[in-house]
Order: sequence, then C-alpha cells, then structure tokens
Amino acid sequence: MPPRADRAPSAVSLIWGIVATQSTAAAPAQPKRMGGTLYRGREGMWSWVLHRITGVAIFFFLLVHVLDTALVKVSPEAYDAVIGAYKTPIMGLGEIALVAAIGFHALNGLRIILIDFWAKGAKYQKPLFWTVIVLWIVLLAGFVPRQLMHIFGGA
Amino acid sequence: MAQQSIGSVLVPAPGTKYERYARRPRRFNLEKWAWIYMRASGVLLAVLIFGHLFVNLVSGEGVKQIDFAFVAGKWADPFWIVWDVLLLWLALIHGANGMRTLVNDYATRPALRRVLLGLIALATVALLVLGTLVLTTFDPCLGATAETAAAIPQCAIK
Ligand code: HEM
Repeated sequence: MPPRADRAPSAVSLIWGIVATQSTAAAPAQPKRMGGTLYRGREGMWSWVLHRITGVAIFFFLLVHVLDTALVKVSPEAYDAVIGAYKTPIMGLGEIALVAAIGFHALNGLRIILIDFWAKGAKYQKPLFWTVIVLWIVLLAGFVPRQLMHIFGGA
Repeated sequence: MAQQSIGSVLVPAPGTKYERYARRPRRFNLEKWAWIYMRASGVLLAVLIFGHLFVNLVSGEGVKQIDFAFVAGKWADPFWIVWDVLLLWLALIHGANGMRTLVNDYATRPALRRVLLGLIALATVALLVLGTLVLTTFDPCLGATAETAAAIPQCAIK
C-alpha cells in the first residue's frame, strides 16, 4: 500500500477542496482571481463537482426505483402501498430534488458532449455552463409549481 | 527508471530522443468504448428520461396518479415496454460505469477497490435481470377478482 500522501484524492479531500476554495475566495488579501488558475474554483470545476454528485445520487435512486417497481410482480396491494410513500409531502419535495439533480446532470452532460464533439465547444465551455444554468432554472420553473400543485393541491 | 511490466512496449517519447514504456495496444480498448458509451447513452437517456418524467410526474395528476392500474395501463402498450427496457439498460450501465470511474478515482487500496467494483457489477447485473423480467413478464390480471377482471379487457378473455 502506498503511503498516504501518494494516494489519489479521497472523498474527504474532495469536500475539503470545496471548503478550501470557498475560504480562499473569501479571504480579503487574495487577488480576485487566483493567478494562473483557469480551472479551480471556476465554472469548469463546479460543473464537474455537481455532475459527479448528481450522477451518484441518481444511481442510488435508480437502484431503489427498480426494486420498488418490481413489486408489481408481487401484488397490486404491495405495489400501491409502497408507491404511496412517494405521494407524501416530504417525498414530494424529495422528487423536486431528484428532478433538479437529473435536470442538471442531463443538461450538463449534453454540455460535456458538445465540448467533446463540437469544434468550438471547448472555447465556449463557460457560456455553455451558464446556458445550462438558465435552461435548468426554466425547467424547474415549469416543474416545481406543477409538482407543488399535485402534492399540496386539493383533489 | 521506468519499470517494464508484462503488458508494456517501448515507444518513442514525443519531443525527446528517448523511448518510454507504454501499455501494449489492445485489440479491444475498454476505456475508449466506455467513453463513447457514456456520450451515446447520454444523448438517448436525455430523451428517455425527460419523456419518462413528463408522463409520470407532470401530465395528469402527477405522482398521485401512480398505482398498479396506472402501470398496467402503460404496459398494455408495447411502446412503453420498449421505452422502459431501453431506459433500464442504458441508465443502469451508464450509472454503473460512472460509479466505476468514481471508485477508480477515490478507492486507492486495491482490495477495497476490488470489493467496491464487484458490488457495483453485482448490483447492476441483478437489477438488469430483475427489471427485464418484470417488464417482459408483467401480468395485468395479477390478483384480480372475478369482478375487477371483467373491467380489464385482457383479463376477461381468460
Ligand atoms: C439524462 C441524461 C444523461 C446524460 C446526458 C448524461 C451524460 C453524462 C456524461 C457525458 C458523463 C461524463 C462521462 C465521462 O466523463 O466520460 C456522465 C457521467 C456520469 N453519469 Fe450521466 N448522463 C445522464 C444520465 C445519468 C443517469 C440516469 C445516471 C445514473 C443512473 C448517471 C450517472 C452518471 C455517473 C455516476 C457519472 C460519472 C460522473 C463522473 O465521472 O464524474 N447519468 N453522464
């Protein structure tokens, strides 16, 4: 086993990296932009961090979702009882978080694909990132009121 | 000094007069195909997932409409069975390969890495088999009584 310092960054150091970048940005003595740093603390890094976190979250939801759907083979009652849990107010808010995560991952995934295959993609990676954010807000502006209506609205 | 291992060959090091060791080119390059798969499946998943979310969560009464009868209604049409089979396979393999990337990035102890990669593979294969069986053997008449069966055309025939 290699000594600690030789290993790739751990999950802890990923989180620490996020905290450290924020505190660096907040320190008054620092110049506005870190000299020579095009990536750290900027659009490229944040889109990557968010893409990773949302990807993992969606994967774990998918594992559960295949299992709960499989209950249609057990009995209609078993399926309805478990799916009922998705209709409570708390889970209703959870579904907003899920759609927000999937929405960001999907839109930013398409941005990654454009960066890789479109000749000007890399040049425009920053405006593409902000386009992703705008489209994501539009998506949620459409979904969130509708979902709140479904969960909290009367029959 | 560079170490030679079984899979390596000497290649010119660009920009120098020296040679370096590189991995022997394989006929099948897993990482290359994984990279291509992430992008190809990503484009298809964007369509499949937004369609899935729209039909189940946005249209009609949203999440409150979902129950056994709603699912039976959807899967009475082969269109939605094909849609969901594609969604299952593309998303699970895409997600599993993404998780493989994360494990390779963060789990640096070889034994731990092997265990985690094994768990991802196991969960993925198990859920692919389970999900495919559910989608291809679904029975809308399961648990139907004489009266409820009469209301569902497929069940009344029996
Ligand atoms: C909705 C459409 C989706 C699109 C357009 C998309 C696109 C992408 C792309 C382009 C990558 C980068 C691959 C690379 O760097 O080689 C990626 C990574 C990933 N995706 Fe997706 N994806 C989608 C849906 C999903 C779903 C449903 C899951 C979970 C089941 C998922 C989980 C992941 C994970 C865990 C990663 C790895 C993240 C990383 O390496 O940092 N994605 N996705």
